[in-house]
Amino acid sequence: MATFLLRRFAQAALLLVIVSMIGFAILHLAPGGPLSQYAVDGNMTQADLDRLAEQLGLNRPLPIQYAEWFFRMLQGDWGLSYRDQQPVLHIILSHLGATLELMLTATVLAMILGVWVGTLGAVRRYSLFDSLATIGAMVALSIPTFWFGLVIIYVFSVGLDWLPSGNRYTIGDGSFLNRIHHLIGPSLVLALVSTAVWSRYMRSSMLDVINQDYIRTARAKGVSERNILFRHAMRNALLPMITIAGVQIPTLLSGALVTETVFTWPGMGRLFLDSISYRDYPVVMGILMFSAVLVLLGSLLADILYSVADPRISRQG
Amino acid sequence: MKPSVPNPSASSDPLLLIDDRTVSFAAGKGWNTVVHGVSLDVGPGETVALVGESGSGKSVTAMSILGLLSARQARTTGRVVFKDRDLSLLNADEMRALRGSDIAMIFQEPMTSLNPVMTCGAQIAESLTIHRGLNRSEAHTETLQLFDRVRISDAARRFDEYPHSLSGGMRQRIMIAMALACKPSLLIADEPTTALDVTIQAQILALIKELQDEEGMAVLFITHDMGVVAEISDRTVVMNKGRVVEAGPTAAIFSDPAQGYTRSLLSAVPRLGSMKDRALPERFPVFDRETGVVQASADMPDTVVREKPLLEVEGLTTRFTLRQGFLGRVSGRVHAVENVAFTVRAGETLSLVGESGCGKSTTGRSILRLTEPDAGSVVLDGTDITALDSKGLRSHRRHMQMIFQDPYSSLNPRRSVGDSILEPLLVNRLADRSDAQGMVRELLQQVGLDPESRDRYPHEFSGGQRQRICIARALAVEPKLIVADESVSALDVSVKAQVINLMLDLQARMGVAYLFISHDMAVVERVSHRVAVMYLGEIVEIGSRQAVFGNPQHPYTKRLLSAVPVADPSRRRIKRILDSREIQSPIRDPGYRPPQRRFIDAGPDHRYMEWNDSWA
Repeated sequence: MATFLLRRFAQAALLLVIVSMIGFAILHLAPGGPLSQYAVDGNMTQADLDRLAEQLGLNRPLPIQYAEWFFRMLQGDWGLSYRDQQPVLHIILSHLGATLELMLTATVLAMILGVWVGTLGAVRRYSLFDSLATIGAMVALSIPTFWFGLVIIYVFSVGLDWLPSGNRYTIGDGSFLNRIHHLIGPSLVLALVSTAVWSRYMRSSMLDVINQDYIRTARAKGVSERNILFRHAMRNALLPMITIAGVQIPTLLSGALVTETVFTWPGMGRLFLDSISYRDYPVVMGILMFSAVLVLLGSLLADILYSVADPRISRQG
Repeated sequence: MKPSVPNPSASSDPLLLIDDRTVSFAAGKGWNTVVHGVSLDVGPGETVALVGESGSGKSVTAMSILGLLSARQARTTGRVVFKDRDLSLLNADEMRALRGSDIAMIFQEPMTSLNPVMTCGAQIAESLTIHRGLNRSEAHTETLQLFDRVRISDAARRFDEYPHSLSGGMRQRIMIAMALACKPSLLIADEPTTALDVTIQAQILALIKELQDEEGMAVLFITHDMGVVAEISDRTVVMNKGRVVEAGPTAAIFSDPAQGYTRSLLSAVPRLGSMKDRALPERFPVFDRETGVVQASADMPDTVVREKPLLEVEGLTTRFTLRQGFLGRVSGRVHAVENVAFTVRAGETLSLVGESGCGKSTTGRSILRLTEPDAGSVVLDGTDITALDSKGLRSHRRHMQMIFQDPYSSLNPRRSVGDSILEPLLVNRLADRSDAQGMVRELLQQVGLDPESRDRYPHEFSGGQRQRICIARALAVEPKLIVADESVSALDVSVKAQVINLMLDLQARMGVAYLFISHDMAVVERVSHRVAVMYLGEIVEIGSRQAVFGNPQHPYTKRLLSAVPVADPSRRRIKRILDSREIQSPIRDPGYRPPQRRFIDAGPDHRYMEWNDSWA
């Protein structure tokens, strides 16, 4: 296990370096740049702009800028936001809580719903439920997240006034119930796509398992259908789901970007969009690196969980 | 030991009675009937064998007894009476209460029949908690006793092990323990030993027999192997195409089969020891399926060219390195082939026999350099194959061809069989496209297929026909040597006999030499001129077929031969072999140096390795 972790960490570190290089390059090669917003201001002369560039270090060659950024980041200095001169790490961490709250809720929702729908679909294959679930998954996968978010707001906030239309809590309230109330809309929207994906994978995984020889063995020894499903089939069918969960993290992150914007949720997704429109490069890079770490940690966690859950995986490797 | 009493007629009060059972499977919009009005009975304590080739409906019949066929996909009619209860009238809960308690079942594939994420102990204990209402600790204690009953040592440790860490034989013991948990009066065993090695098969058969005597349990034994039938059953029911062909006491079925089908089936079964007085390989007699009329088979001519060997293998060694850890440290080596030497003459068949993991297949692959050997020389017709560069190797490969075990996966499904046979001709520039077409027809004819079938695709052929196509493809380049790796193992008895006859005919006609790799001792006895027995990567005994089979010297050869079931009920040999010796693994420590072996001559062209006690 130790060598396995060591190897995985080495791979992850290498990946992070590559991600940061590509991110940095794309960001700085894009037209415009952090100074373009100042250029709109008529009072700024070219000399002023050059001085600003000099101050921010933007006039140096790209590789040098990258190297400086990289080594500072390693020391924990992720730079200052161009917008309000706050430390980047501080800004990200202050938005992290909201995003994690939303993502975790959505994941739990998607897992429970997806596993349930998928299992039932497999057990009652070709039934009315199965057909509806199949169509439902197709629809859910085809709906753009932002549109679904708007529909939810239109129906449940504007129309029925059941749910708040945005924000994490009502200013001045912030009680647990109030927070939950605010969470319902965005987490449903974010969970929708994952639920569809999960239910499809769960269905095929379950179908695989219930045709296995050991399920026949269980039936031949008189295990009830209920226990065949829960004691014998479920654990086997869930094994591949662990890997899917790891792969789902990037989807969730990009889903959060849209959902947070629609629901004015004060998380990293919205911060990311805002920072891009302000051309706040240090924050954008910071979020990019942070999400990359999250994704890598997620898949690493999935692999570790898998080896714990499946006795066939040797743990020395 | 209590002798099992044969139960000649349908007993007066059968334990299990199947009456006019018909099973149909959903096929498109209609129903496809695979079992047609099957009737049979099993008396208390009796062993009844249900035999037939693949597709005969024997397993489906057995599955239908306990209602294990999915109701949506299968429709069954007819009565099943067990202990005077009509099982077809039971509801789902009553049926479930019967499964695993009074009627238990074990299956063919011990590798896949156990739940991979549950410990072995938990799976056995489950039966006890379901049917006997034991609590956790009672079930635990009882399970440990069951481990002992099926001769699994170190029960306490095995309880917490997962199935993947056990061998196939061990897993089948776990299955048996599970089946015995509630002391059933009937055990349905569906091909329980088919996937096992022959010495392990003997252990499992002996175990079933022994437990049956202890418990007074009846056994319905489903198998395709006439040897197993002859060894264990009191009565035999022969099935073909979903119908019972013949039923009666096993001894009578074997000595005096009434039906043509039974006769042709039995004639296709090689019987170990039947070749004692013959030096040359022999074809199987051909019976007409319907009438049972025998077609005299011509004697095989002596095809062996004695002047000089065609293939000389010297010191052949192939090892696989196992690596572990971050830096890929060598943690061990599989000594798959270790210092193997033999010769094959033109027109001769040398058989390599042994159990799984003995290195026989790797030896075959190493000779063709499909697996690169680590050391040794392979001289074919004066050319050292191991010294060739890749270009030279390619041109020399046409002198040696290979036929594999699985005719389903060794033909490209997207390519017509004609194209498959054509390819080696074109690749080796043996013919241009127009001539080659004619040669393909000729080759198909040679292997007994319709030349016009060359435009058809592999899925349109049966297993036996596909193996013929593989043979035709191998023959296309006119090889001097064909390595046949378990080439007939996956085929049904009668098809197996036909393919072997074809191979023998081709040898007589073309003088091709075979390296025949097989685990089936009875087939080997039939087809070989010479035999080499392999164990843990080494040849432990080699010699003329008559000498090795008639006068085996090495303890492993003796053990292997004594474990083979013989298709003759008057010569039952499976004694109470209640040892539980596992097949050893050829994985050794990185520092292992194989010892210097010494061979002892047992006669002209017969030698064996000096016995070493460290070899279990």
